[in-house]
Amino acid sequence: MNKIKNLADLRKLQSEVQSKIKIRENGNTPESFIQIKVAMATCGIASGAKETMMFMIAELEHQGIDAVVTQTGCMSYCYAEPTIELTIPGQPPVVYGFVNKTKALEIIEKHIKLNEMVDGIIPVTYSNIDK
Amino acid sequence: MAEYTMHILVCGGTGCKASQSEHIRKNFKSRLNEYGLADEIQVILTGCFGFCEKGPIVKILPDNTFYTQVTPEDVAEIVDEHIIKGRKVERLLYIDPKTNESVGDSKEADFYKKQVRIALRNCGFIDPENIEEYIGRNGYSALGTCLTEKTPDEVIRIVKDSGLRGRGGGGFPTGLKWELTKKSISDQKYVVCNADEGDPGAFMDRSILEGDPHSVLEAMAICGYCIGADKGLVYIRAEYPLAIERLKIAINQAREYGLLGSDILGTGFNFDVEIRYGAGAFVCGEETALIHSMEGKRGEPTVKPPFPAEKGYNGKPTNVNNVETFANIPVIINKGAEWFSSIGTANSKGTKVFALAGNINNVGLIEVPLGITLREIIYDIGGGIKDGREFKAVQTGGPSGGCLTKSFLDTPIDYDNLLAAGSMMGSGGMIVLDDSNCMVAIAKFYLEFTLDESCGKCTPCRIGNKRLYEILEKITKGEGTPEDLERLRLLSNVIKDTSLCGLGQTSPNPVLSTLDHFYDEYVAHVTTAICPAGQCKALVHYTIDAEKCTGCTLCFRNCSVGAISGERKEPHYIDQSICIKCGVCFEKCKFDAVLIG
Repeated sequence: MNKIKNLADLRKLQSEVQSKIKIRENGNTPESFIQIKVAMATCGIASGAKETMMFMIAELEHQGIDAVVTQTGCMSYCYAEPTIELTIPGQPPVVYGFVNKTKALEIIEKHIKLNEMVDGIIPVTYSNIDK
Repeated sequence: MAEYTMHILVCGGTGCKASQSEHIRKNFKSRLNEYGLADEIQVILTGCFGFCEKGPIVKILPDNTFYTQVTPEDVAEIVDEHIIKGRKVERLLYIDPKTNESVGDSKEADFYKKQVRIALRNCGFIDPENIEEYIGRNGYSALGTCLTEKTPDEVIRIVKDSGLRGRGGGGFPTGLKWELTKKSISDQKYVVCNADEGDPGAFMDRSILEGDPHSVLEAMAICGYCIGADKGLVYIRAEYPLAIERLKIAINQAREYGLLGSDILGTGFNFDVEIRYGAGAFVCGEETALIHSMEGKRGEPTVKPPFPAEKGYNGKPTNVNNVETFANIPVIINKGAEWFSSIGTANSKGTKVFALAGNINNVGLIEVPLGITLREIIYDIGGGIKDGREFKAVQTGGPSGGCLTKSFLDTPIDYDNLLAAGSMMGSGGMIVLDDSNCMVAIAKFYLEFTLDESCGKCTPCRIGNKRLYEILEKITKGEGTPEDLERLRLLSNVIKDTSLCGLGQTSPNPVLSTLDHFYDEYVAHVTTAICPAGQCKALVHYTIDAEKCTGCTLCFRNCSVGAISGERKEPHYIDQSICIKCGVCFEKCKFDAVLIG
């Protein structure tokens, strides 16, 4: 990576990254893929988020489903760890709580493959500063 | 592949479940089946909507209709009217208390505003180990704006005007602190981030560093620009390995991208950040003790003045701010002081992150605008008290704070109101207590913590707290006398008045606050040797009422120490010499035959 030398460079990178994320979120192009974020703060990891993440990566690969599994920080739903956020291209993101291996498999089999939501969704309960 | 055209989300949070949401879901399914719509409309049980006061909640997608206080009987009407005919059921819509009008689309509803994420804006949203994701969320643009378009004084003015106050506990105005450090003249100055989060049950700083480390780095650089420092230090406890790991990655990436280091963004401004590890001592959260610990000395506080703004790390002017305070800064610069100060109350602006813990359903991190009431936090966001028990108190401010009782449920929460109520903001731990918690035991628990954590420098704190603890222990064993209560108060006040640093000055707060609000409970312990909450084991005896006992043997089978004896269908008996007072028999008995006395 070249160093960002001035503010204009930063803004350029910003818009590049933003459009990359937009593509992911809106899913208007063939590059769109399913995105899964796993909340991996200390507490999430302690309640098994790592196992969930490894399992999902392995299972999605095994089934040949093209999806991106990434880690993120604390989603703040401590009572419902491990938590994941699933984004199907073109649809709003959905957060699931208590995602152990069984639940993860159910999410893959039903939500990802058949586009059927399953029980255990955590609704958005906060507003963001961008809105 | 099934293509659902509509989704019906039924809240399955503990609160809503208690008011028959499971039944509601069943009714929806059977009603939809009758119409043959089961393949087109999906019914889903969700987690808590954070709106338990108006539960059970039913939300219909895609039109975002939000129905409140739905009963199983309402289901038929919702299906017939809304699903079949496309007409919303007006009487079940959420009524906005401000306008008194029903809200059809939940996106317009006010209740989402109960939580506003500023400090936590990127937590759980971006990959903390990828700087580009932070940049994509407007990251480092505040730093860019400051360096190229604003003078240090202008930036300090924005921070001052925003009304941001220190989120670590004291609530000192952040902009003023920056200004004071800027005014100190020196060849070298430092920016220090206090990540020595020590309150039991508080973990917002860890979550921010683990979920969004760049927001802190960016703010430290902005602070460095304002006060004229080119060196930043993060003081973090070694027991946060993941936070340290992510912070290290973030620092390296920022250096690689030229956002830390020399000549940042071609402006000639230099700033770099290093990490300093703490051993996890509570007193090191106090800024002078923290600075001594960073210098390699004993983590002991010293008298202020001189303030760190004049003489801090290595005797140079040092600006110490907490993690959460820093996390707010980039947003304030980007969105302006006016925007930030529009949130909150007169003297407490913006939002605060609280770690909600204790006997509450939705344990978690919440970020709420200051001025929210305790009732909204506990019953709406927190989902109410566990097992439907009764709310007793909330302990805020950790071991330095105090408890807020029922009478404070509707008090707007901000720095001043909490102080007036005999507690404090602290770093934002909020421990919810119900009627099974003994307040004397709670005071003892916190005192035990400060006892462990006292650095031992001042006699009142080192020895006084020990004596306080001994008196409390005596009381919880049923050996206390009424005079002890007076002694507690007297000694507490002496410790408060004569200790050097915040730790000692605030350590008796849990004792004083429980004495103020729950004096009856103390009196019950010392006069009748009864613990009203049934928590102090030495004061509790379990007996079996021979009249009520049916001889079902349930208690006998569950007793782990074999203290219960009796024949089948005959009254049972508890041997007090064997009983360990675990209370299992009391919980298990279906006939209320086990008595606590």
